[in-house]
Amino acid sequence: MRLPVLCLPVLFIGMLTTGLPVANANPLSLDLTRSQVVFVSRQMNVPVEGRFQRFSAQIQFDAKRPEAARATLEIDTASIDAGSPEASAEVIRKPWLHTAQFPKAIFVSSAVKSLGGERYEVSGQLTLKGKTLPLAAPFTVKSQGGSLIFDGALTLKRLDFGVGDGPWNDPDTVANEVQIRFRFVAK
Amino acid sequence: MNSAAGYTRVAITLHWLIALAIFANLALGSLMTEMAISPQKLRLYSYHKWLGVSVFVLALARIAWRLTHPSPALPLGLRPWERMAASVSHALLYALTLAVPLSGWLFSSAKGFQTVWFGVLPIPDLLAKDALLADFLVAVHGNLNGLMVLVVTAHVAAALKHHFLARDPVLARMLPLVRRGG
Repeated sequence: MRLPVLCLPVLFIGMLTTGLPVANANPLSLDLTRSQVVFVSRQMNVPVEGRFQRFSAQIQFDAKRPEAARATLEIDTASIDAGSPEASAEVIRKPWLHTAQFPKAIFVSSAVKSLGGERYEVSGQLTLKGKTLPLAAPFTVKSQGGSLIFDGALTLKRLDFGVGDGPWNDPDTVANEVQIRFRFVAK
Repeated sequence: MNSAAGYTRVAITLHWLIALAIFANLALGSLMTEMAISPQKLRLYSYHKWLGVSVFVLALARIAWRLTHPSPALPLGLRPWERMAASVSHALLYALTLAVPLSGWLFSSAKGFQTVWFGVLPIPDLLAKDALLADFLVAVHGNLNGLMVLVVTAHVAAALKHHFLARDPVLARMLPLVRRGG
């Protein structure tokens, strides 16, 4: 059903008075140079650090109302640096991230709760290599020089998302657990 | 003590363990670098590093043993250049059994890969990840191995010469299963 044009200003005023949409329409602007998405995989029990070079995040956060916080993270999967040129060239291929077919990994938050102090937990859905699974990550928020710094970590199982199929489907060589650390600096 | 006639069992055991590990690791090293990336390749790299660290530890033990247990004397009647060649090649072998694993460990660190001995004992990285330094250390590791192959070849040739041409006990006294007099 189409709304009569005359109704729109009324709706807009209604939004302003409830305050909710105003808070939600206030995404922070991300400082990409200081933000990072890092991961640590274990190969033959050797921790190897990697990172994604390109990503974007929309974050709405108000420490007074953390439960109203929202976050969407979009990672350009082909921007992966897996720790060495050889590994980076390998993990974009079909058995791993298959970046040609799945160029984006997307996390959409569904809830944020306070864990006390500056600690919080975000839960939501991660879509990676065409699979969507629920995920939760604790994080902290610190205020520094007018910016907010979000620091968090979580461990996911790569095989849940079919990352590292076929001959790589052996967690003794490359561990199933991948630790992910994120830092978003925004204001 | 190593007697005038022969080496102690400890010296003989360390000698052959190190020899075996060096031959295995030279083969492993050339094989793994030729392979396309695969779980097998990652495993071989780890085995190569574990074995390399083992050579280093065994070499330290061997050198400590040698310092406290002098080697038996060289046979009489060797020409001065032969004596010189023996001591230089032995000194080089001791140096290389330490330097080759060290260069491998350093280059692995510079590549950003820590060495975890037998997948259990993490060895701290002396160097931070640095691609240029890693390329340099790869070359150092390769060249030291080239030198190792040359010196080992000379070492084996000299041992065979002592045994089959000079017919002296130089090789036999390092063999584990040969009955030694004295």
